Amino acid sequence: MEGLHHDTNLELAKELPQSNIDNQSSKPDELISEITTEINPPEETTDFANSPVNKELSVDQKIDLYEQMVRIRRFEERSLRAYQQGKIGGFLHLYIGQEAVAVGSVSTLGDDDHIITAYRDHGHAIAVGMNMDECMAELYGKKTGCSKGKGGSMHFFAPDKNFWGGHGIVGGQTPLGLGIAYALKHFKKKGSCLCFMGDGATNQGPFYESLNLAALWELPVIYIIENNGYSMGTAEGRHSAGEPLARRGDAFDIDWKVAHGHDLYEVRQVVQEAVERAHEFNKPTVLEIITYRYRGHSVADPDQTYRSKEEIEEYKKNKDPLSLFKNKLLEEGVLTDEKALELDQSAKDEANASAEFASASPFPEPDELMDDIYWETDNPDKRTSEGRIFFEQP
Amino acid sequence: MPIISYRDALNQGLAEELQRDPNVVLMGEEVAQFKGSYKVSEGLLEKFGPSRVIDTPISEAAFSGLAVGASMMGMRPVVEFMFWSFCYVAFDQIFNNAANVRYMSGGLINVPVVFRGPANGGTNVGATHSHTPENFAANTPGMKVVCPATPADAKGLIKSAIRDNDPVCFMENTILYNLKDEVPDDDDYLVPLGKAKVLVEGKDISIIAHGKAVHTALEVAEELSDKHDIVAEVVDLRSIRPLDQETIIQSVKKTNRALLVEENKPFCGVDAQISFLIQDQAFDYLDAPIARVSAVDAPQAYSKSLESAQLPTKEKVLKSALSIL
Repeated sequence: MEGLHHDTNLELAKELPQSNIDNQSSKPDELISEITTEINPPEETTDFANSPVNKELSVDQKIDLYEQMVRIRRFEERSLRAYQQGKIGGFLHLYIGQEAVAVGSVSTLGDDDHIITAYRDHGHAIAVGMNMDECMAELYGKKTGCSKGKGGSMHFFAPDKNFWGGHGIVGGQTPLGLGIAYALKHFKKKGSCLCFMGDGATNQGPFYESLNLAALWELPVIYIIENNGYSMGTAEGRHSAGEPLARRGDAFDIDWKVAHGHDLYEVRQVVQEAVERAHEFNKPTVLEIITYRYRGHSVADPDQTYRSKEEIEEYKKNKDPLSLFKNKLLEEGVLTDEKALELDQSAKDEANASAEFASASPFPEPDELMDDIYWETDNPDKRTSEGRIFFEQP
Repeated sequence: MPIISYRDALNQGLAEELQRDPNVVLMGEEVAQFKGSYKVSEGLLEKFGPSRVIDTPISEAAFSGLAVGASMMGMRPVVEFMFWSFCYVAFDQIFNNAANVRYMSGGLINVPVVFRGPANGGTNVGATHSHTPENFAANTPGMKVVCPATPADAKGLIKSAIRDNDPVCFMENTILYNLKDEVPDDDDYLVPLGKAKVLVEGKDISIIAHGKAVHTALEVAEELSDKHDIVAEVVDLRSIRPLDQETIIQSVKKTNRALLVEENKPFCGVDAQISFLIQDQAFDYLDAPIARVSAVDAPQAYSKSLESAQLPTKEKVLKSALSIL
C-alpha cells in the first residue's frame, strides 16, 4: 500500500495492448478519431475541464454537479447516524468517497439513457433525482419509502427517472442492464444503459456472458466498474488476476478504458464518449473507474482487518472527489467559499429533514406484505387468471 | 376442430402471439435457424425474422437476465430453455430478479417474461437433463407456474402466459410433443392460468395429476372402470400457481378419496402441498388416507431399465388407487 489506495496500476495499464481500433472501420472517420483518443488511462495531471463535454457546462450546471455530490455525502452521513442509532436495519453500503462516479456519469445522460446498479445504490438514486425523503424512509423501512419499505437499502428503484435499481446480488444486475439496452434497441431508441458494478462483480460469470452478448448483438450497454479496490474485504490483488479489470472487455472486442473517479470532469469525459458510442453505433463499452470508499463494505463490517487507517486518510487527503472539485470550481471562479458552505449547510438540513420525515412516517401494515407481488393481485378487476395464488397470509 | 400435436399447438400459440404483439420475441438456444431443438419453433424465423426469433449462445444466465431486463422495459420476451434443467445456471436471474423485482420496487416495475421448455424425466438422458422444477418455481412468490398436459392446453396456456403481466414458468414435456388432439385454431383461444380441468367425471376416487402424469391417471381411470367397476374422476391441474384449489376440493368432497400423481420428486413436491390443502379443507370428507405416487426419490437414472421404474407407472398408480378403495 505504497501511496496507491489499491492494486490497479494505471501506469502499467497504459503499456498493455488496448482495444483494437482498426475493427471500427465502418465508422465515420471523424468519430473514430474522437472515440479512439485517450483510450489509454490519462495522466492524473490531465485537466479535463477543457474537454468539450465539460467546457460547455454553465456556471449553474457546475455548481449543481458539486451540490449533487455534497447532497449524496450528507445523505450518507446522516443515514450512518441513523444506522448507529438503530433506526436502520440490515446492511448499509455507503457511497462516501465514490460520489463523482455516479454524479459525473448521470450528468452526461439524455432522456433515453438508463441506469442500473448494484447494492451500493444511494448515490445513483440521488444522482438521478430521487429525493432524500423517499430514500431515507426506505432505509427506515417506512411506508413512504421509494419501495414502500419492501426493498431496503440495496433495492431503490425509480423507473420514471430511468433508474432500474438497486440489486442485491453481486453481478446479478449485469444481464439486466444488457436487457435494458436490448429493449432500447428493440424500441429503436437512441439510448444507452449504464450498468454500474463493483470490482468484485467482475469475477461473476454472468458478467462475461453479458459482455459476450453485448458485443455479439451490438447492444448499447456501458459497464461501469466502480473499482474501489475491495471486493468486500478482499483487495483487488487477492481477488482478480490480470489488470486492469476493464481489459477483460478486450476478449470480446469491446472498447474499454480506465479512468480516475476522483475527478468528476474526467468521469464525465469518459462516460460521455461511451454514451456517444452507444448512441451512434449501438456499441458496448467497459469503463473501469478507479475510486475508493471511506467506509466498510457495509457499515456493520470490520474495516481495519484488511486495510489501514492511513490508507483511508491518504485518499481523503489527496483524492477526495468533493474537495478536488470544490477547489477546481474555486479556481475557476465559479464557486466561492461562502456558496460552498451554504450548499453544504443546505444539504445537511435536507438530510436531517429526510431523517425526520422518515422517523415520522408510518411503518407499513402487515397486510401490505401481500401487495406488489403480482401485477394481477394488485389489479384484481383486470385479473385473467383464476385459482388460489397465495397460500399463507398475515 | 383440427387435430394437431402438442408441439404444433405450442408453435401455433407462439406464432399467434408474435403476430399479435410486436414486443413479443422468442429467444433461446437453437430456436431460429435450427428450428428449435424439439422443433417447437419451426417456421417462426422465416415468418418473423431474426429480430423476433433469436438464436442465443449457450449462455442461460445472460439471456434469461436479458429477457428480464427487457421485460422491465415493456417487452414480452419468451425464453426457451432447451431443457428446464438448464435454468439452474440462470437461477439468480429467474428466481431473484424476475420473481422479486416487482416486490422490491414497491410495485413500480412489471416483469412480463415467460420461461418455457421441457421439464421431464423418462427420456434416457440422465439426471442433469431430467429435472422437474415446478415445485420450487411454485415455491417462489411472484412466480406463476403452468404444466400443460394436452395440445389444446399447450396452446391456450402459452398464449395466456405471454399476455400475462407477471413472470410465468411454462413447463412442457418432450414425451408429449408428439401427442395429437383437437386444438381450436381460434387466434383468441386462451386457457386461463389457475383453472384445473376435470377430464373424466367420477364418483369413487379423485385422481389428481399434472403434466404427463395426467395421461397415466387417465389410463388408470379406464382400467378401474373396465376391470374394477370403479368410476374415477381425473383432475388435470394444468396450473400449479395459481392453483385451482376449488376444483380439487370439490372433487374430493364428491368422491371422498384422493390419489395424487406427479412425475415431480416427492419431498416438498407439488402434491405435498395439495395433500395438505385436502386435509385442511376436506378432512371430514375423506374415507381413506390421501394416497400419492410421485417419481422415485433418486436422481433420474440413465439406464432404461432403471428409469422405467422411476416414474409413476400405470401399474404403480393402479395399485395405489386400489389400496385406498
